[in-house]
Amino acid sequence: MRKRFETKIAAEQSDREGNKFMKKKRKNYNIIIGGTIAAAMALFVLVGLFYTPYDPDAMNGSAKFAAPSLQHFFGCDQFGRDIFSRVLKGSGTTFLVAVSTVILGAGTGTVIGVLTGYIGGWFDEILMRINDVIVSFPSILLALVFISILSPGKYNVILALGIIFIPSFARLVRSEYIKNKNLDYVASARLMGVGKFRIMFVHILPNALPTLLASVAIGFNNAVLAEAGMSYLGIGVQPPDASLGRMLSESQTYLGNAPWCVIFPGLAVILMVLGVGLLSDGLQKRG
Amino acid sequence: MKYIIKKIGTLILTLFIISFLSFLAFQIIPGDAALSRLGTDATPEQVEALREEMGLNAPMLVRYGNWLKDFVSGDFGTSYSYNMPVSEMLAGKLPITLVLTALSFLLILAISIPLGLFTGSREGSRLDRATMMANQVLMSIPGFFLGILITAVLGLGMKLFIPGAYVSYREDFGGFLYYLIFPAIAIALPKCAMGVKMLRSSVIGQLHMDYVRTAYSKGNSQHRVMYHHILKNAMIPVLTFWALTISDIVANSIIIEQVFTIPGLGSMLIQSISNRDYPVVQAIIVMVAGLVVVINFLVDLLYTKIDPRVTIE
Repeated sequence: MRKRFETKIAAEQSDREGNKFMKKKRKNYNIIIGGTIAAAMALFVLVGLFYTPYDPDAMNGSAKFAAPSLQHFFGCDQFGRDIFSRVLKGSGTTFLVAVSTVILGAGTGTVIGVLTGYIGGWFDEILMRINDVIVSFPSILLALVFISILSPGKYNVILALGIIFIPSFARLVRSEYIKNKNLDYVASARLMGVGKFRIMFVHILPNALPTLLASVAIGFNNAVLAEAGMSYLGIGVQPPDASLGRMLSESQTYLGNAPWCVIFPGLAVILMVLGVGLLSDGLQKRG
Repeated sequence: MKYIIKKIGTLILTLFIISFLSFLAFQIIPGDAALSRLGTDATPEQVEALREEMGLNAPMLVRYGNWLKDFVSGDFGTSYSYNMPVSEMLAGKLPITLVLTALSFLLILAISIPLGLFTGSREGSRLDRATMMANQVLMSIPGFFLGILITAVLGLGMKLFIPGAYVSYREDFGGFLYYLIFPAIAIALPKCAMGVKMLRSSVIGQLHMDYVRTAYSKGNSQHRVMYHHILKNAMIPVLTFWALTISDIVANSIIIEQVFTIPGLGSMLIQSISNRDYPVVQAIIVMVAGLVVVINFLVDLLYTKIDPRVTIE
């Protein structure tokens, strides 16, 4: 992870020196486009939490496979359910699962990273070895293990994905702390008699924040993709909760005659990930 | 040499930890394996007898030892749902997943190396920016959705293959490979996007190095400098990424197999999870995780070939 960032930074530095003048004129399209998409999706999710034009689960026999129209923006599915309402609700679920996952993963990961990075010693050694093992597992596989033990459902997906995300955050924060802890400002804070925990969380943490935020964006996107994938497999979010992944697996067979059943839920996932991805890329380039 | 021995040690240790964790994970599950095999109307004596027979009454570490011994010798236990040896159920599945993984990986290399070198050497050009944009979009598409799109466009639209008509490798190996190309594309494309992006920034970092100038001044063509000089150095940071990619490919193939109805390890895993058929789930997980760890180990060895400096540390 660290290596990846370093090469990126090096590349961007040469980038900046190479065409300083070109750069000034060129607008940062990533921020503009990504910001717009992300804002639109945020609005979409927010609306979906409070209002849907139809009941997302209400079936309407006469509207089976209705094509997109003014009554049904995204058309209707095989049971005559309004896809627009279902995508609204499903995006909300996906968004909430992803946000909770990142909070759980980044929160715990940061605490572990701070402790291992700043204090070090045997504690660091043990946790990093455990880390290595978890990282070598494919994350979806690990999630499947958790789910098969815990049984599927929204909260178990959050728990499974959250735990899986801990190591990568812990590693990142740890490397930031190792870099920072020998710098002068930490030494001077220590000399002034600032407590250990205050140094860790008040002095160093803000310096680790930019790197952390970039990986929070990546984590969010991975969580969205993982949740969609798991729900697609039928072992993620379960029926009363709407889910984009399950909508896709249910409507996949109707792709030939009613493509809107597949395209809109898929598009919702893509836009959510694309918006956040572009935005964080753009911010990194600027910052 | 010391480096290799250390790596082998880590490999064995990791395999042990994986096997122990997956053993432990399936011990915590509430419920009694003997009871679930006999059904609810078994007498307590019957259950007790079966528990004894299955070795469930022994202490946990002993059970782990027995389980590991069986596992290594190819006995993965008996499936709850089908009442047949797990090894028999998995026998034909592993090659399918392996071929799919290999195919996807080759596709990733074949696409991302030339594209990464090309965009890296022409940084800022229109083509470079277009590729970067396409990458960003590709990275945002969930693999299974890409799979659905491929079945729609290449399968239903252009009639290049018949979605769902999987060909067994025992009947027709050529047809089997041909069918697997499409899921492999679905797995590979998002990873290619990542691969191109990383190789590109790595190449950009190398372009202004002294050795590149020297290579040019000796009269090498751009193509030769790119592929023989820069690629080797630019690969070093990217190699780690490729190793990680393999575990992602394996993970993604679990999902993609569902989209293309390929009867590989992934489909079996999902089916067993819904059936709560734990011995099968356990066997597949240990197998796949073991596979990933071994591949990572091989990549580490490859690392020493490409960048001999790592052995010095």
